[in-house]
Amino acid sequence: MIEVTNLHKSFGDAHILKGLTTTFEKGKTNLIIGQSGSGKTVFLKCLLGLHDHDEGTISFDGRISSDLSIEEKRQLRTEIGMVFQGSALYDFLSVEDNVMFPLKMFTKQPHDEMLHRVNEVLDRVNLTGSNAKFPAELSGGMKKRVAIARAIVMNPKYLFCDEPNSGLDPHTATVIDNLIQEITKEYEMITIVNSHDMNSVMEIGEKIVFLKDGHKEWEGTNKEMVVTDNESIVNFVYSSNLFKKVREIYLKESKL
Amino acid sequence: MNYLEHIGKYFLMLKQVFKRPQRGKVFREVLFREIEDLGLKSLGIIMFIAFFIGGVVAIQTALSVDSPFIPKYLIGFATKRSMILEFGPTFTSVILAGKVGSYIASSIGTMRVTEQIDALEVMGVNSLNYLVLPKIIATIFFYPLLGLIAMFLGIFGGWAAGVLTDLFYSVDYIDGIRLEFDPFYIQYALIKIVVFAFVIATIPAYHGYYVKGGSLEVGRASTQAVVWTSVTIITLNYFLTQMLLG
Ligand SMILES: Nc1ncnc2c1ncn2[C@@H]1O[C@H](COP(=O)(O)OP(=O)(O)O)[C@@H](O)[C@H]1O
Ligand SMILES: [Mg+2]
Repeated sequence: MIEVTNLHKSFGDAHILKGLTTTFEKGKTNLIIGQSGSGKTVFLKCLLGLHDHDEGTISFDGRISSDLSIEEKRQLRTEIGMVFQGSALYDFLSVEDNVMFPLKMFTKQPHDEMLHRVNEVLDRVNLTGSNAKFPAELSGGMKKRVAIARAIVMNPKYLFCDEPNSGLDPHTATVIDNLIQEITKEYEMITIVNSHDMNSVMEIGEKIVFLKDGHKEWEGTNKEMVVTDNESIVNFVYSSNLFKKVREIYLKESKL
Repeated sequence: MNYLEHIGKYFLMLKQVFKRPQRGKVFREVLFREIEDLGLKSLGIIMFIAFFIGGVVAIQTALSVDSPFIPKYLIGFATKRSMILEFGPTFTSVILAGKVGSYIASSIGTMRVTEQIDALEVMGVNSLNYLVLPKIIATIFFYPLLGLIAMFLGIFGGWAAGVLTDLFYSVDYIDGIRLEFDPFYIQYALIKIVVFAFVIATIPAYHGYYVKGGSLEVGRASTQAVVWTSVTIITLNYFLTQMLLG
């Protein structure tokens, strides 16, 4: 379990996270939602340790991140897989080398064994045989899948994804969402996904944390979200008329 | 940020750069790639420029010593001197500062704004060590070679110019090259190149690594990198010349 308690983060005068408290469980896809600029990325980067937080604690299965030695931090990082918003594939490396990179850097496996593992995860994300391609030759959806393959190649305990389906067409977005959810179950990971995409929220949101102005405005499951009266949620999630209608119909049906 | 803060941050960066590589094998792979990108790919342009600049220096010297009292071997002598002392080390480095400097700043800058550097850090890779150390090693070992090639081709270009234009005789030119040959000058030139190579690898890396924003900022950082690398080379050249020859 990842437990976040009273997390604060500022950049100079800009107070971005103002005392966030929540927990994320194993084998579940947890979603962080909120408007652009609400601090979702900053929150993930605090979890990752790319930003040092100012106050509060983050505990990874009992390990408080700020109490760890450099060696323990390094160990923790090898247990985390991260899928960045723009995929962040190393553009000077082929697909195979991108996915193999963490193995080369942190394990002493012989090349055959690494290649075997790389092909295994590439198969898993349905990219069999794309080994020799370079990131510039891939579509957005393929890049995301390579990024997911790279994130899971070390068998992580934690998987973080920053807006994994931004810039993708709705169909590809759903494929990526489902892939993340399936992998989460298979690997029994704690997965945290940043999103502002309502499809993903409904599709895979087993736990949803709604951020607003650096606060946790609401949390619950996707089913609870449909019926909530929380005004900010209603305004954010049902900002389109279509979703408003869907909600009305859903509420009517559930009353019957 | 003021200049002092930048200088401080630059040296703090170097402290991270000079750590032991986490994996020797990965380091060697990157090193070979850098030797190709930063060195071999600049060979053509340096050879081209050196050859023609050598020719121009020889022709201009020949035209300005058109007096029977000045010995003709002076042309070869002057061309050799300027190629070894200034062209080989300094001029070459300024050209490389433009070509390689902008490449380093924009490639590292792009990695920064597309979160590739974050991706390295998240995995637990020391990104400065991984990205910058191979560049330093590649340049300080390869650029002296590039400088020697530039010197040789410049002197050869001068000879070729004389032969083609009939402004002076081949024998006189070769006499001039042989005259007062002091190996220290080569050593002096190589010391300079090594220093400049270090500057060419690190200052653009600094500009690229700490870029914030998007592709516009990467472009700006790359221009800045070329300016500051060139300024630093020219300034260091002055002091090094004074120290080594003065
Ligand atoms: N490194 C940084 N330095 C200063 N401000 C930042 C930094 N990173 C993010 N911010 C600010 O934090 C706020 C939240 O950003 P972010 O977490 O990226 O939002 P989003 O929810 O869209 O991911 C924004 O106002 C942004 O300008
Ligand atoms: Mg974001």
